[in-house]
Amino acid sequence: MKGESIRTPLAKARGLGAAKSGTDHWWEQRLTSIALVPLTFAAVVIVIAVVGRNHAAVAQILGSPLVAIIMLLFIFSTTFHMKLGAQSVIEDYIHSKPLKTAMLIGNSFLCIVLWLACTFAILKLSFGV
Amino acid sequence: MVEFTLPKNSRVTEGKVWPSPQGVNNLREFKIYRWNPDDGKNPQVDTYSVNLDDYGPMVLDGLIWIKNNIDPTMTFRRSCREGICGSCAMNIDGQNTLACTKDMAEVKGAIRVYPLPHQPVAKDLVPDLTNFFAQHALIQPWLQTETPPPEKEWKQSREDREKLDGLYECILCACCSTSCPEYWWNPDRYLGPAALLHAYRWVIDSRDEATGERLDQLEDPFRLFRCVTILNCSKACPKSLNPAKAIAELKKLMVERQKI
Repeated sequence: MKGESIRTPLAKARGLGAAKSGTDHWWEQRLTSIALVPLTFAAVVIVIAVVGRNHAAVAQILGSPLVAIIMLLFIFSTTFHMKLGAQSVIEDYIHSKPLKTAMLIGNSFLCIVLWLACTFAILKLSFGV
Repeated sequence: MVEFTLPKNSRVTEGKVWPSPQGVNNLREFKIYRWNPDDGKNPQVDTYSVNLDDYGPMVLDGLIWIKNNIDPTMTFRRSCREGICGSCAMNIDGQNTLACTKDMAEVKGAIRVYPLPHQPVAKDLVPDLTNFFAQHALIQPWLQTETPPPEKEWKQSREDREKLDGLYECILCACCSTSCPEYWWNPDRYLGPAALLHAYRWVIDSRDEATGERLDQLEDPFRLFRCVTILNCSKACPKSLNPAKAIAELKKLMVERQKI
């Protein structure tokens, strides 16, 4: 066929070889999923608890040690899980190499920025600086 | 982007309606995908009426009847006609299966027959499975040992032999792999359920001494871990095997050797 590579089918199937990683990604996605079961439930309860309260009360609740730690864990698990999941979706559906590369980089940056911003907000409430 | 619509030259058009056989009341309608690499035309779906009184109960019987009685140019693969060679795998009534073991009575209305999805088409119902078989070769489907061969044979306990049940029966018809969206999107990097089922068959063979090397070959975000367990493979398998379980067991072994 026109333009078809004359590499053997086995050479094409082997491609660049096994990446020697992959289990980490899969395992971390499962770990964050398990963690998010109780953490999401707790985060929803916390958000419901602060609805309608004034700023000072909200700051006090979110800044209290137990609530802050739960929220920090929730934020970490969510943004980590989001990074892993969105990465898989991009790898599956975006096949143009420049766009895929840009989106994978963007995904990493976005998730890290989200994680840091949310974490900073909780810490600021906790330590009131 | 992933192609959700067919490229222009692959769009299926309305095809020829072949005349019904004369003087027959018991007719069954077939709608069959036709594409000829030599005429430069788009694929089309031809309609055939088949005399039900004159042939066997399976879809393959109907296809052979059409080839013998109406249109000798209609092209498909078949050999054993009893579900052991895997040649006549095609998409029938929206499901990948073997034409020889698919009972026509199970299909309501016209019997729609297409080639296996998302593979290059060689002609009509014949897909080009070169990459599929190359991936099977990649997993090295043979016994690998370093211990000098015993005089007579490699021994295996009855229990260890039973672990291969549900795996060795795979006939490589490609119904599972070509029903898998992950395989559609990344056929060059994801090995697909059939090759992975065979990989697992050799990984758990008690006589094999290359278990670690075999797992090394699968330690990859695409080759094995593209599977997201949607189970299309197990649903499609005309031999009632469970490739999704084999893949899950491979993932468990991967975790076992480095996490737990």
